[in-house]
Amino acid sequence: MSFFRNVHLALPDAIFHISDLYRADSHPQKVNLGVGAYRDDDGKPWVLPVVRKVEATLASDHTLNHEYLPIDGLKSFNDAASKLLLGSHSSAIREERVCVVQSLSGTGAIRLAAEFLMKFYSVKTVYLPRPTWKNHFHIFKSASFSDVREYRYYCKSTRGLDFTGMLKDLEKAPEGAVVILHACAHNPTGIDPSKDQWEKICNVCERRHLLALFDCAYQGFATGDVDRDAWAVRLFAKRGMQFLCAMSFSKNFGLYNERAGILALITGSSEEESAVRSQMKKITRALVSNPPNHGARIVATVLNNPALYEEWKQNLATMSGRILHMRQLLYERLLALGTPGTWTHILEHIGLFTYTGLDANHVERMKIIHHIYLASDGRINIAGITSGNVDYVAKAIDETVKALPLDGFTDPH
Amino acid sequence: VQPLAIIMAYLNASRVLPISNHWKSLSRCITTMVAKRSWWCDVPLGPPDPILGVTEAFNRDENPRKMNLGVGAYRDDDGRPYVLPVVRKAEERLMARRLDKEYIGITGVPDFTRASVRFALGTESEHIRNGLTTTVQTISGTGALRVGGTFIHRFFPFNKVIYIPSPSWGNHTAVFRDSGLEVKKYRYYDQATCGFDFNGTMEDLKTIPEKSVVILHACAHNPTGVDPKQEQWQEMSHLMKSRRLLPFFDMAYQGFASGSIDRDAYAVRLFLGDGHQILLAQSFAKNMGLYGERVGHLTVVCESSDQAKAIESQLKIAIRPMYSSPPKHGALIAAEVLNTPELYDQWLVELKGMADRIISMRRKLVESLEKEGSTRNWLHVTDQIGMFCYSGLSQQQCEQLARDYSIYLTNDGRISMAGVTSKNVDYLAQAIHEITK
Repeated sequence: MSFFRNVHLALPDAIFHISDLYRADSHPQKVNLGVGAYRDDDGKPWVLPVVRKVEATLASDHTLNHEYLPIDGLKSFNDAASKLLLGSHSSAIREERVCVVQSLSGTGAIRLAAEFLMKFYSVKTVYLPRPTWKNHFHIFKSASFSDVREYRYYCKSTRGLDFTGMLKDLEKAPEGAVVILHACAHNPTGIDPSKDQWEKICNVCERRHLLALFDCAYQGFATGDVDRDAWAVRLFAKRGMQFLCAMSFSKNFGLYNERAGILALITGSSEEESAVRSQMKKITRALVSNPPNHGARIVATVLNNPALYEEWKQNLATMSGRILHMRQLLYERLLALGTPGTWTHILEHIGLFTYTGLDANHVERMKIIHHIYLASDGRINIAGITSGNVDYVAKAIDETVKALPLDGFTDPH
Repeated sequence: VQPLAIIMAYLNASRVLPISNHWKSLSRCITTMVAKRSWWCDVPLGPPDPILGVTEAFNRDENPRKMNLGVGAYRDDDGRPYVLPVVRKAEERLMARRLDKEYIGITGVPDFTRASVRFALGTESEHIRNGLTTTVQTISGTGALRVGGTFIHRFFPFNKVIYIPSPSWGNHTAVFRDSGLEVKKYRYYDQATCGFDFNGTMEDLKTIPEKSVVILHACAHNPTGVDPKQEQWQEMSHLMKSRRLLPFFDMAYQGFASGSIDRDAYAVRLFLGDGHQILLAQSFAKNMGLYGERVGHLTVVCESSDQAKAIESQLKIAIRPMYSSPPKHGALIAAEVLNTPELYDQWLVELKGMADRIISMRRKLVESLEKEGSTRNWLHVTDQIGMFCYSGLSQQQCEQLARDYSIYLTNDGRISMAGVTSKNVDYLAQAIHEITK
């Protein structure tokens, strides 16, 4: 007797699937540009030296145990994370208006936000940038948001930001709508608004009372500068906006599998903060009871120790520096090959990812002929490029684009 | 709201509006100014957590003889948190391997997942051998229940109602309600005997609508400590099979209850042998002391390996928008212990050590109460099993214990035996005797 005969086999997750295909390929020059994690110049996973150091210290400290964390997480972690995000001079923190709850990395933070908003926020409309990280849709859908809309973001012809379209769409959004904003290093395009554009976005949010939910997964990782990467979030805070921010420490601490993150919500007063936090705890209790200890402990140890903090910033510079260098090398190779189209967007985009402008047909060709794996929307993970394979990758793009012309591309010259 | 700001906003708006609209625009300005202040002023402050309240009161108390009997984690005979030596050993071995920190798959560490389901169902399990199980790593037991609840809500074709015992772990209701299920109760605890209300359970299982989901605590029922006897489990299994009820086992104490991992898994394995296709939530929080690392699994037993694959794919879809993938650290420790023979053997010894200490504290408490001269029947203290004991004390008596003796427990009379040590058991007996004689 089975109750679940109706359960059908679901399609595998698209992004994980790319890595599966890559693993199954035996071609000696294969390259995985689909993975969403940092790689060193040998194409290997990189554990930050400061993380290894701290883990060893924690393992040998027998005063530590594995007891349950409080429902809202490790306090030293929450405090340090919100300070990192909003800056040490944040008036919102000083006034105890910032509700911080530890989460299962960025995904868990956004899920917690979605569940909280569904319960306590009157407007059930959410806007996502087009395109955005696909899991954003799934998360809001699973929290029962049925009115999920998109605002224009990526401009195919310029490989840049469709700022006019973005502002128009936000202007037309219902008052009070929730708006997902990528704090920095937009995933999947790599395109971020300029400071001036962020000011204008903030203006619209203020005027239309839009509730911003920042997805901040790359602070420090994007440019190597934690303050610069948090600029947009801090702008909103400085302007007295109330908003939410999901933070992940997967990339900037390389702690992918330890699931360390927070959800921060700026409220109007410390009384509100207590009320909001009590409700977030209720939601978290029914999801996971309390968050995992290990990753939070590592991050808290680093952020709260000046010497380790400096070391972490150096590790950040290593990662972001290598990404910038690979962008430069890829661009130069494509230029040297005379690859049709302009490729300056590779230099202008920020963070781990770049929307190359290749379409699904190009992606298929890259896979079949060149054994190079990337997402079907043309997104590549720059960290998958090394000084050892950048020539191969450039030649492959060159061959592919010459065989199948780029569509919808307008040469700005 | 600054008066000047209102006036300025009003003047600004009034420049473009006819006279008749001035009052309207003024109120709109005020509303806007006030609305801009906060969206969250209507969020109500949630009720305080009852168990947390016990701990807080305990912390405030300065009586050197104070006792915290609300704690839900094991304590050693000095009342201290206990990191199992085998866990420390496993952690050292892991550090030496210098592993990377890459994302693990949505379903977790495969070595751990495989070992975990074998641990629960037995190494000889034909269900595992025939590929009829699908197991996913979850955020401890809570996560397993939530993923299971979500799966049931989405794919269980019948009543979206889940039945939990009365009483049950307080969080069951919240987890299943937030999964979108209606939560109902079946009789379980007999207050008169401080024991199992077998007749009540059987009657309710007879009247629960067919094809409903029923939560069963596999062993060491939380909060009562009252478990069915093996013969009673057999009858429950037959009845549930004939009424086509779907058993969802919550097993958070395998090995921790009696000290024997096979004995504690009796009910789960019995039901499988009787042909039930169960759901099973497993936690390694207590039996490995890995509480804060959030280590657990959800297993769904299926009728074919194809169905197992289909169900696994849907569990992954449920997990991805919750937390993408589970944390690795605790899973690696648990995998190391389960899969390394000499560590596994060491673990079973330490696990039995914890169970034995709890059992001996139960015995000592009853002996001490008898020595004090108590004439009440305290048999239930030693009949009950696991971390918790439903003492039978009333709410007033619990309050009295806190007020007069600095002994803190939850108002339902639940004692966490982990808070009892050889050094304080006599004091506890004295206090209980004083308020119950």
